[in-house]
Amino acid sequence: MRSLLYIASALAVMALAFWAYQENYATQQALRDRDALESGIDVLQDALAVQRAEWAYLNRPNRLRELATVNFDALGLLPLEPGQLGSTAEVVYPAPPVLDVENPVDVIGDQEDPL
Amino acid sequence: MTRTPLRPLARILQARAKGENPDGIERENLRLRNDATRDRDRTRAQIRLLMLSAGFLAAFSTIGVQMGSLAASVPVEPRRAGAGVEVSATRADILDRGGRILATNMLTHALYAHPKDMIDPKGTAEKLVAIFPEMKAPDLQRRFSDGRNFMWLRRVLSPEQMQAVHDIGDPGLLFGPREMRLYPNGTLAAHVLGGAAFGGESVRSAEVIGTAGIELAMDARLRDPLQATTPLSLSIDLTVQATMEEILSAGMTMMNAKGAAGILMDVKSGEILALASYPTFDPNDRPNPVLAKDAEPGDNPLFNRAVQGLYELGSTFKIFAAAQGMDLGLVGPETLVDANAPMYWGKHKIKEFEGKNYGPMLSVSDIITKSSNVGTAHIALMIGGVRQQAFLRSLGLMDPSPIELAEAPKVKPLIPPKWPDIVTITASYGHGMSSSPINLAAAYATISNGGFKVSPTLLHSTDRPAQQRVLGEAASRAAVAMLRRVVTDGTASLGEVPGYAVAGKTGTADKPRRGGGYYDDKVINTFASVFPADNPAYVLIVTLDEPVETTGPKPRRTAGWTAVPVAAEIIRRTAPLLGLRPQVEPGPFDGIAVVKQ
Repeated sequence: MRSLLYIASALAVMALAFWAYQENYATQQALRDRDALESGIDVLQDALAVQRAEWAYLNRPNRLRELATVNFDALGLLPLEPGQLGSTAEVVYPAPPVLDVENPVDVIGDQEDPL
Repeated sequence: MTRTPLRPLARILQARAKGENPDGIERENLRLRNDATRDRDRTRAQIRLLMLSAGFLAAFSTIGVQMGSLAASVPVEPRRAGAGVEVSATRADILDRGGRILATNMLTHALYAHPKDMIDPKGTAEKLVAIFPEMKAPDLQRRFSDGRNFMWLRRVLSPEQMQAVHDIGDPGLLFGPREMRLYPNGTLAAHVLGGAAFGGESVRSAEVIGTAGIELAMDARLRDPLQATTPLSLSIDLTVQATMEEILSAGMTMMNAKGAAGILMDVKSGEILALASYPTFDPNDRPNPVLAKDAEPGDNPLFNRAVQGLYELGSTFKIFAAAQGMDLGLVGPETLVDANAPMYWGKHKIKEFEGKNYGPMLSVSDIITKSSNVGTAHIALMIGGVRQQAFLRSLGLMDPSPIELAEAPKVKPLIPPKWPDIVTITASYGHGMSSSPINLAAAYATISNGGFKVSPTLLHSTDRPAQQRVLGEAASRAAVAMLRRVVTDGTASLGEVPGYAVAGKTGTADKPRRGGGYYDDKVINTFASVFPADNPAYVLIVTLDEPVETTGPKPRRTAGWTAVPVAAEIIRRTAPLLGLRPQVEPGPFDGIAVVKQ
């Protein structure tokens, strides 16, 4: 009876040792993965910052103004001016629909000369 | 366990039959039993001792191995104690109010050298000079061979240059990562942003510190690691700023001015939507100009005229006297005031522009419209020097501006140490004391927003504390109506913008000579305007330095001919960008004939 208990506890210790060993390596692997991901994120964030800076550089007002001037024939872009703003009251109502008239009948007769 | 009897009956009977003493048998058996007990106990004790020593051995060897491994292994910093996020040493971005980038960081590399590791110092120096023309080959060769271990070669490299240096392939040339401050819009809002430079440098990184403008004023906030990922949002609007700079620089050329400044401010919050100063510079490559000995500070492109320039702002001050007079109930818009020029005060003679005389009596409204020095002087004398000083101080004209620019706190308006009546008179029309355009903008915002004190700010924020009232609402409204008349029938008639009721006041001040006195042909022209007049939303200040308008038969130097048209064009172009719709103004009532039967 007692020896059975000894054997069981010895086996339990071995199993726990095996589990702890596995956990240790799994943790180390997870840390390595995390480090790799973080450095990946850093690289991507740096790239993103460069992209944003480049976007801002390409969209700087001076350049856009020059491009609008160069491409005026194609785009016809002008600076925003007060005359381009209007109110809804200035929009005209659509003209009333014209009736579709087919086969008109002349209702005014010609008077022949009675004489 | 069967117990052997000490006196087994069979043996005792046998011994008795032989006549032996049966006690011998008992002793014999007792001895045997004691021997057996002793043997068993000894074995058990031996096992126990063995186990005990094994236990100690295990414990001590564990401790020993652990100590040995600690002593023998290389110490490693524990990685990621807790859940804190790793901070990056970058500087926060600066955005405009719409989230567009004004300043950001870019990763580049610095180039340094370990001359002792170089294989061919002479050839390397020649190849480097081919890439970087500013380096000198003999100089580099000398420094590569004088026995030093380390030297910097360049602070920042473009990717192309870095590849070219890689292609040299010398192991003594090394790169260090650098965060570089980048202003993608070039000269846009240069005076607001200021600039940045490298502070402490090491091979692995360098700190970026602000050198001027908001970069220096907000340096602690921008470098705070906790807020590094939260960009700083300015009140500047990129589009409005670009438009204002375009018109201001064109206007400066047309009016032959040597400098210009413009400020556009929200009258209620004090947020600055655009702030420009000419001549300007590129904050990516901050110049270090060498100025002539007799140059004015304004000739330096780094000088921010809008904030650092202290000028006698001239007639733009007249509205303060009128507004205060109305607020105190001393005068009303139609009260007639003595305006008989010239006016004599002690040994001083106060004249009107070009020796005119608008008198003998003029209404307050007409004093502002015609810009009468004498009339304003009489209102100021009614108010008195003490109250006038207190009012100008409450408008913020006598203190350095609280705006978040590094230059601002050092710019103290020039105020006469004593305030006799003659100063009261001259200050009422903007002479004898100097203030900066930014202070003027804040004062005009207070006049036009219903009388609440405004502190100019460059930071975009949605909640602002309630402001202190320094002027009654009625006086504020009457003052704006007077300013409107200046544009409709006064000195600023070129400031009329169809659809936007512009109200404003011109100011022309002679430039002071270095040795004392004033120049005859050098002026500073200012136009301080508010629009739209029926519900003031924005204040625009335009200042031109030494402008002259030459289309007429003789050169014109008054603000009405120079600063006003420039300001009108700025309003015409920026008002739609600010979301203001053009309004059809109600016509004046006296234009309608009342018909009665």
